[in-house]
Amino acid sequence: MDRTDLKKIYNNSLAGPLIFAGVLFLLPFVVQSNYILSIMIMIGFYALLCNGLTLLMGYAGQISLGHAAFYGIGAYMSAYLSAKMGLSPWLGMLAGMILAAIIAYIVGIPIFKLKGHYLALATLGFGVIVYTAFKELKDFTGGLNGFFGIPTISLFGFEFNNDFRFYYLIWLFVILGILFSRNIIHSRIGRALRSIEGSEVASDAVGVNIMKYKLQVFMLSAMFASLSGSLYAHYITFINPNLFDVMTSIYLLIMVVIGGASSIWGSVIGAAVFVLLGEILKSVVPLVFPNAGGEFEIVFFGLLLVVTLIYMPNGLSPQLEKLIARFRRNKELVPAPVAAGRDGVESGGDQS
Amino acid sequence: MSGQQTILKVEGLTKQFGGVAAVHDVSFEVKEGEIFAVIGPNGAGKTTLFNMITGVLPVTTGKVYFKDRELTGLKPYQIAALGVTRTFQNLEVFSNMTVIENVMTGAHLRMNTGILRAGFRFPSVVREEVNIMEKAMECLKLVGIEHLAYERAVTLPYGNQRLLEIARAYVSEPELIFLDEPLAGLNSEETRKWINVILKMRENGMTFVFVEHDIEAVMSISDRIVVLDNGIKIGEGTPEEIYENPKVVAAYLGEEEEDAVSC
Ligand SMILES: Nc1ncnc2c1ncn2[C@@H]1O[C@H](COP(=O)(O)OP(=O)(O)OP(=O)(O)O)[C@@H](O)[C@H]1O
Ligand SMILES: [Mg+2]
Repeated sequence: MDRTDLKKIYNNSLAGPLIFAGVLFLLPFVVQSNYILSIMIMIGFYALLCNGLTLLMGYAGQISLGHAAFYGIGAYMSAYLSAKMGLSPWLGMLAGMILAAIIAYIVGIPIFKLKGHYLALATLGFGVIVYTAFKELKDFTGGLNGFFGIPTISLFGFEFNNDFRFYYLIWLFVILGILFSRNIIHSRIGRALRSIEGSEVASDAVGVNIMKYKLQVFMLSAMFASLSGSLYAHYITFINPNLFDVMTSIYLLIMVVIGGASSIWGSVIGAAVFVLLGEILKSVVPLVFPNAGGEFEIVFFGLLLVVTLIYMPNGLSPQLEKLIARFRRNKELVPAPVAAGRDGVESGGDQS
Repeated sequence: MSGQQTILKVEGLTKQFGGVAAVHDVSFEVKEGEIFAVIGPNGAGKTTLFNMITGVLPVTTGKVYFKDRELTGLKPYQIAALGVTRTFQNLEVFSNMTVIENVMTGAHLRMNTGILRAGFRFPSVVREEVNIMEKAMECLKLVGIEHLAYERAVTLPYGNQRLLEIARAYVSEPELIFLDEPLAGLNSEETRKWINVILKMRENGMTFVFVEHDIEAVMSISDRIVVLDNGIKIGEGTPEEIYENPKVVAAYLGEEEEDAVSC
């Protein structure tokens, strides 16, 4: 009785994540292509990162244009501790997350006094500063020459040293991340975050300490980004500052918006659309414009962002949810329950 | 009017916007269990007064006490934690949530799940959620909109959104609730319903301070009334006393004359 009660508001069922995990598990056996696997791994890094960013942007309604900084902090922390200090990559990962959380806390206190465009600019500035630090702190990061020789990650002697193995590692993290975020959304904390997006004055009036929750969700999203960065470093084994520049932050924003900032699954959808479109562009554009460079991507994704914001301000995930709901209805011949307040929430509210 | 204990004391509150005093040197006291009304023409400073008391706006000068605790200088969420909450003149329901989630958010202070416990969804989290959901449902029943629990809050008609805001305030079991024009936009049927809700809640020991233009409702439900005009308190007393206060009558007649001219 009690369980069914909560289900009326929150879809807590494990069916979705389990089906998703099942499909992911089987994928490498069905499509035996290293190329596809490497693409899936890239999607995984971004999905993990966007997961935290979605909590921040979609649920709490706070924009960040500096999250590549935390991605980089995780990557460099893990790289330095494992390659230079000989520590376990797992420790590096943990240290990165802790450092990212501390930095998010320190930066968050002044930054969250700002709202809307000012917040966007301040986070952008933060991203630029950290990127510059990656370039200039050559003793730690190797500067623009890059950081070489990052060890791969292993668990009880099992090394994640090829795409097939790493694929399972990264997607395990993605799924755990989604479950964690979903649990948060379906709780007092999730409602507090959403209340900030819904109406700050009302949120304040019912006793939500807005600053505290903005800081918490900012720290949490920084930790997600850092974790993703660490895993990335141990996968690719070579990093340089340009991977974590402002453009990356903007691409992350684009992913979150395309996927739909109002659904935790949007992070996976957005990451997948971004990576797949990027791959298609890479192979198609040279056929049409032989001399075109990377700017093409920037223009294309910029346009995509604008078009999405105009025609689908809530991103792709609500569309997908509608499709799934219709599919269910056909199957069960019962009216679909109210969709509102499930994994997805409208994020129509303005950011100011 | 259970005790005659003072629950709210407002001392010389003043708010300057630039050179203009929107509220000037206003003082009054509210007793425990009272239904207390603040009335006055448009722009009299009623909302500004509420905003200062509930911490939304800083005061220019003056002090506010809740029981013996000074509220001046506290943030709204800190004031809420002491047991004082409010509703808004321009509806502020959480448009991105369902009706019941709105009320559950109102119970924020009655819950203690933190971000980590929530993320790992400890059994205690589920228990707390179920409890709060039941409690929220009771509050929705009390205001009579439980059948709308799973609708999105923004889809509710105006009157029901007002009731929702009251349920959201009530669920946290505050001792003192401020209501800014709770009847605006309600029809007479809804107004009657609202009056019953407030009377029922008062029986449960709550104190209300409300701003309202519907004079009939104010007179029928209030124990005492304060009248503001141009930011200044021009009268205070029981409904009977207010009716007979020449200053109040003048202020309201003046307003009606202006209205008549402008129409
Ligand atoms: N933030 C602000 N900045 C400048 N002036 C303000 C501000 N808020 C209110 N005022 C002014 O203060 C005066 C009182 O406004 P207030 O909203 O408190 O009136 P009110 O009694 O609630 O009116 P109504 O019945 O129309 O709601 C008005 O003249 C208003 O223009
Ligand atoms: Mg007002």
